[in-house]
Amino acid sequence: MASFATKIKVKQSGGTALVLTLVKHPMETGQRVDKKTKQKIPAHYIQKMTFEVSGKQVAEANLGPAVSKDPLVGVQVKNAKKGDKVKVSWTDNKGNRGSAEETVQ
Amino acid sequence: MNTMKRRSFLKGTLAGGVVAVAATSGLLRPAEVLAASWPKNAFTAKSVENALKDLFGTSATTASDAIKITAPIQAENGAVVPITASTTLPNVEAIAVVVEKNPSPLAASVDLTGASGYFRTKMKLGQTSPVHVVVKSGGKLYSAKQEIKVTTGGCGG
Repeated sequence: MASFATKIKVKQSGGTALVLTLVKHPMETGQRVDKKTKQKIPAHYIQKMTFEVSGKQVAEANLGPAVSKDPLVGVQVKNAKKGDKVKVSWTDNKGNRGSAEETVQ
Repeated sequence: MNTMKRRSFLKGTLAGGVVAVAATSGLLRPAEVLAASWPKNAFTAKSVENALKDLFGTSATTASDAIKITAPIQAENGAVVPITASTTLPNVEAIAVVVEKNPSPLAASVDLTGASGYFRTKMKLGQTSPVHVVVKSGGKLYSAKQEIKVTTGGCGG
């Protein structure tokens, strides 16, 4: 049940790499009400997402519950070289974590 | 079958309740331990000013043409609104996306320590609202905004 597929895609052109990350995550706000039980569905969302290039952190995103379900997050990295390893890792408010890695082509 | 579901549901909520109690009483704060620097106050702030104050220490922004927002003018589905913010400002330290009319306006922010001035995500909009993109560059805040119309809300599901 609790599997959060994490995908990463790196597109490089002219030394600038666009890093796109897609995580299969419910991103529950904590404000929705379950129609059957009339109870609030507890909040469950990704809070932190860090991007690393060759072991060095380049960006750290803070996400709130207002980010959509199955969030897509993108950042751009300059001076990306072929063979650089790009890694993304995230943690959510329930302590789940995930990561994905991709090499710049 | 139905009773089984109900049973596991009850168990689930009970367990959740215990964690919530422990968290509020300060015994165990899973989220804070794992994401020590997640700006909780900024994300729970109810106004744009307070969110920016909590996040950047100030809410004074200067309007800038160097910030480009790529987002739909009218969103069919408020639950998924793509937004791309890019800027040509130098030394970009952080970018924040703020939805003015959401219950908690701050949607996402990113601290850049090497990546260039670009951030892309998808967000939920409860209703038609101006969306601000705030960029921190050289210690100062610059902002741009765009109104996004929503025909169906994103918070009701």
